Amino acid sequence: MLSIKNLQAKVEEKDILKGLNLDVKPGEVHAIMGPNGAGKSTLGNVLSGRDGYTVTGGEVSFLGKNILDMEAEERAREGLFLAFQYPVEIPGVSNLEFLKASVDAARLHRGEEAMDSMTFLKLAREKCKAVNLDQNFLKRGVNEGFSGGEKKRNEIMQMMLLEPKLCILDETDSGLDIDALQVVAEGVNSQRDPNRSFIIVTHYQRLLDYIVPDFVHVLADGKIVKSGGKELALELEEKGYGWIENEGA
Amino acid sequence: MTEASNAVLSPFTQSALDFVKSLEVSGDFAEVRESGMAAFESLPFPTRKTEDWKYTSLHALTTQDYNRPADNFDLDNASELYEVDGLNAYQLVFINGVFVSELSDEISEPGVSATPLSVANDAQRELFKQHVGNIAETRRNLFTALNNATVEEGVLLHVEKNVQLKKPIQVVNITSAQGQNSSAFSRCLVVLEQQAEATLIEQFVSTSEAQNILLNQVTEIQIGDGAKLNHYRLHTEDESSLHFGGVYVDLNRDSQFESYQIALGGKIKRLDVLVSHNQPGSHCEMKGVYLPKNNQHVDIHSYIEHIAANCTTDETYRGIMADQSKAVFNGRIHIHPDAQKTLANLSNKNLLLSNKAQINSKPELEIYADDVRCAHGVTVAQLDDKARFYLQSRGISRQEAEIMLSFAFINELLESIPLDALRHKLRPLLAQQFTTNESLTQHILDEENGVHSEGAQ
Repeated sequence: MLSIKNLQAKVEEKDILKGLNLDVKPGEVHAIMGPNGAGKSTLGNVLSGRDGYTVTGGEVSFLGKNILDMEAEERAREGLFLAFQYPVEIPGVSNLEFLKASVDAARLHRGEEAMDSMTFLKLAREKCKAVNLDQNFLKRGVNEGFSGGEKKRNEIMQMMLLEPKLCILDETDSGLDIDALQVVAEGVNSQRDPNRSFIIVTHYQRLLDYIVPDFVHVLADGKIVKSGGKELALELEEKGYGWIENEGA
Repeated sequence: MTEASNAVLSPFTQSALDFVKSLEVSGDFAEVRESGMAAFESLPFPTRKTEDWKYTSLHALTTQDYNRPADNFDLDNASELYEVDGLNAYQLVFINGVFVSELSDEISEPGVSATPLSVANDAQRELFKQHVGNIAETRRNLFTALNNATVEEGVLLHVEKNVQLKKPIQVVNITSAQGQNSSAFSRCLVVLEQQAEATLIEQFVSTSEAQNILLNQVTEIQIGDGAKLNHYRLHTEDESSLHFGGVYVDLNRDSQFESYQIALGGKIKRLDVLVSHNQPGSHCEMKGVYLPKNNQHVDIHSYIEHIAANCTTDETYRGIMADQSKAVFNGRIHIHPDAQKTLANLSNKNLLLSNKAQINSKPELEIYADDVRCAHGVTVAQLDDKARFYLQSRGISRQEAEIMLSFAFINELLESIPLDALRHKLRPLLAQQFTTNESLTQHILDEENGVHSEGAQ
């Protein structure tokens, strides 16, 4: 699915990723944890192709293709999805317009036709229901005036509509109360599939109570310094990140 | 000898005066014409040092003489240029300033006079004569003075007390190829008596082969006590056109003026809108969108005079400048000493789509009363990178993302247009300003997708 080898990247002349390795196989859920400033969000942004993140070394292969030369939209159409830590508000673009443009782009990429409006509307309403969002949100501006929880549920709804192969959740749990967290986690769990993989970037162990990972990695200073099973997350929760750094020393 | 004739007239002024004197006229409106002529003669030709014209060059008027009449037109399928499906309006159509009865409706509603002057009866001409020139300001606008000096054809819309016009009036000004290198003049006078209501749509279009025509248009509007006018001014002419427009509005007690102005760019497009709150309790709401591209130029000057107390103004303009285009927005709100309890708000937001595009925006508040609430805000920005990346990260191409975000910038204003038919006509027309590739605009124009399918908010 995804193979990252010795990835190095910088933001505004500052080296952030310093040789990161990660292999994700179909159906696996990987959690990436780590202290602030370790490069967790940078990883998501680099993988999804955001401007301003410069890859200075290493390789990233997604479904056998080198994605580092692709535009952000091409990566998305290939099946890579980033759920944003801070989803952007876009007044004047309706959520429905945005969702349909996204789904159509992926369909055209696969050689299918754009979906007709009524079929799409029906589908979008279904997905709204699945993440417990009122249908009125479809007609509103993208994320405009949404609460933190509504924005995150909107991200999960987009994921359900686009049916990506690899989902990267960038601190999706930040700013969520426990109810919203459960809705989001249920949404993610409903999308778990032998052919779909997840990378869950999070600062806290809490989210992993609901979305149980197959692997947990600790990212510190731009590298993965420790990997283990789900029990590693509990250990981190208990001991903090300090002991790993000490252990490494 | 007048004082002005001692001074050396600019070549434009001289040539325009000769042109005006050569026009055949009825003599009915001699008074306004003569005072217009005198005002025109006394006003210096604006240069870049003239404050009101600082960012709009009139150089084009010195290199080409527009002071000649258009040839006779011969136009088939003209209605395609202005027809708005489902609008159901009375239409009055002018081509190069000449009334075209074949394309126009005869309007006979009780209590309403809506007619071109050329076919108006004596009473209507008298009514026009009484009001014309009373509201339009010639002191500072050369082109309005010149328009006054040429008053002959135009539209009279008079609505009697307590009468509501049943259908909108759509006044169409077409410029055609026969008007090349010429000037056309157009005039509109609206008088709403007490508690009257009307909707006026002024539309400016041109045939595709129309080039290099100067249209000088002035609209005067008097809104009586408790009366209300919904006013639309839609400029979608060819980019080679020149337009000098003036809208002058007098508001009486508890009256309302709601206006939408949409302007694509032209060679020179200048619109002056002057609204006077003369009596307490009046309300003015103006929304405007300007979208120049290529080498086009748009200049909107608005002047709001708060003379009486307890009046409100809400003014919102948005502009998107592409390529090497230039826009000017000057919004002045003047609160006079007696205008206590005024609420006035001016917002102007601009989006620059290219490094070579320009906007000169200047809000001016002049306040001489102490118990008022007044605010203004101007922003100039480029497309939001974060928003664009968000769209791209969902598979939407960079190009489509940029078009969606540009359209979104004006969409909020478009969605507030209460006439559904007009909104449906304008949306694709404005979306086309960003691209002619329909696959890139299909999602923004899909009626199922947005709040616009459910009418005004």
